[in-house]
Amino acid sequence: MSGVWRGLAAAVLFVGLWQALVTLADLPPFILPGPVRVAGALWSNVGLIAWHAGITMAEVLIGLALGVGLGIATAIGLAVSPAARYLIRPALVATQSLPVFALAPILTLWMGYGIWSKVVMAVLIIYFPVASAFFDGLMRTPRGWLDLGHTMGASPARLLWGIRVPAAIPSLASGLRLAAVYAPIGAVIGEWVGAAGGLGYLMLLANGRVKIDLMFATLLVLAALTLLLHRSVGWACDRLVARLD
Amino acid sequence: MTPAPGITLIGAARFGESPLFPPVRLEIDPGSWSCLLGPSGCGKTTILRLIAGLDTGVDFDGHIRASDGKPLPGRVAYMAQTDLLMPWLDVLGNVTLGARLRGETPDVEAAETLVERLGLSEHAHKRPTKLSGGQRQRVALARTLMEDRPVVLLDEPFSALDARTRAEMQDLAAETLEGRTVLLVTHDPGEAARLGDRVFLMDRTGMVEAVPPATPAIRPAADSETLAFQGRLLDALREPAA
Repeated sequence: MSGVWRGLAAAVLFVGLWQALVTLADLPPFILPGPVRVAGALWSNVGLIAWHAGITMAEVLIGLALGVGLGIATAIGLAVSPAARYLIRPALVATQSLPVFALAPILTLWMGYGIWSKVVMAVLIIYFPVASAFFDGLMRTPRGWLDLGHTMGASPARLLWGIRVPAAIPSLASGLRLAAVYAPIGAVIGEWVGAAGGLGYLMLLANGRVKIDLMFATLLVLAALTLLLHRSVGWACDRLVARLD
Repeated sequence: MTPAPGITLIGAARFGESPLFPPVRLEIDPGSWSCLLGPSGCGKTTILRLIAGLDTGVDFDGHIRASDGKPLPGRVAYMAQTDLLMPWLDVLGNVTLGARLRGETPDVEAAETLVERLGLSEHAHKRPTKLSGGQRQRVALARTLMEDRPVVLLDEPFSALDARTRAEMQDLAAETLEGRTVLLVTHDPGEAARLGDRVFLMDRTGMVEAVPPATPAIRPAADSETLAFQGRLLDALREPAA
């Protein structure tokens, strides 16, 4: 409960500072609208924002599911196969030197303005953190546990499922928490480059029409959704770590 | 449990160019406790790992044989200095780990009996983090017993415990592992003096056998012959390498 109160207090403080900035600096509404104005824009456009938020959330959730699945599969593949480590891992690290954002125009070119270019953007941006965190966890199983498993006559596959994977779940969880924050970034960047819907698209649209209050309302919703996603994934990770059996 | 075999290890080990231990001969009698006593870094854990068939990273030149001529892998249970309990499993889950890792159905009834025998019944469904160091090492002993292997390799399993808990665990291990071939690696002369039917002293120059008192193990800690033997072992450990 104290967490809720703390969150509420932080929100009140944030809104207070925001209003103070607008009032004291005498900022015009097309630079920074005050919280009341933005709340009003949010209220009068709630249907519009919700529709676009649905699109962004679909992109994020599909991207999250695919990216996490691919990341987990890659980590396990690398962990069990020295050949894969030798051949694929350097390539994987090398791909990270390429800013994923730079691929957004190409993805839009290839996959169009629909949600799939954004899904792939989200997948690309979360795939490496998930794969890398889980892989590190799989490779750092305490040696004593593996020794014990060997003397017990465990096959490599059972050693993997019975000891290495559960031992790496906390590492996977930290990868997932990162992914929950990164996935919306990927989707929004994709929407900025070219889209027919989504919160990123709506922000650009509002900006172009000088509806700055709508732009800020959209931004707030995006932040809130990202926070909610991060919290949900964190909660799921905690449950997973606690229930492991 | 199949009859416990004796084990003979003859050979030398080196790390690349630098020798770890010179040619040694270790004879472990069937169905009794052999203690391998020596300072840290003398290679005693390597010997235990060689017998267990675990990675050592050394070049071993020699052979390890069981007295019945059958291979050792699959007949060895291993207990280390740390309890090696899986934090995501409760006590029963840890005790039955071996069966699950082999894809067998765990014999939960046998596990419960063992857990009760080691005085852990009330903790059967607790996670390791909720247990004390002594309780955790009891769970590790229960897990070792659950494997029901004729050969048991103990790598300083009691060294992290306080004196009283250590003595209790020594009694419990001696009682529960009776009839098995046990190799205990330790750096504690007192432990070797109490538990060893045979005691081997090891340092970088090689291995010698010390003759324990006639009293059968496990010997009372305050027994004068045990104490004298413990003193002799300590002196031998402190002797500068020739």
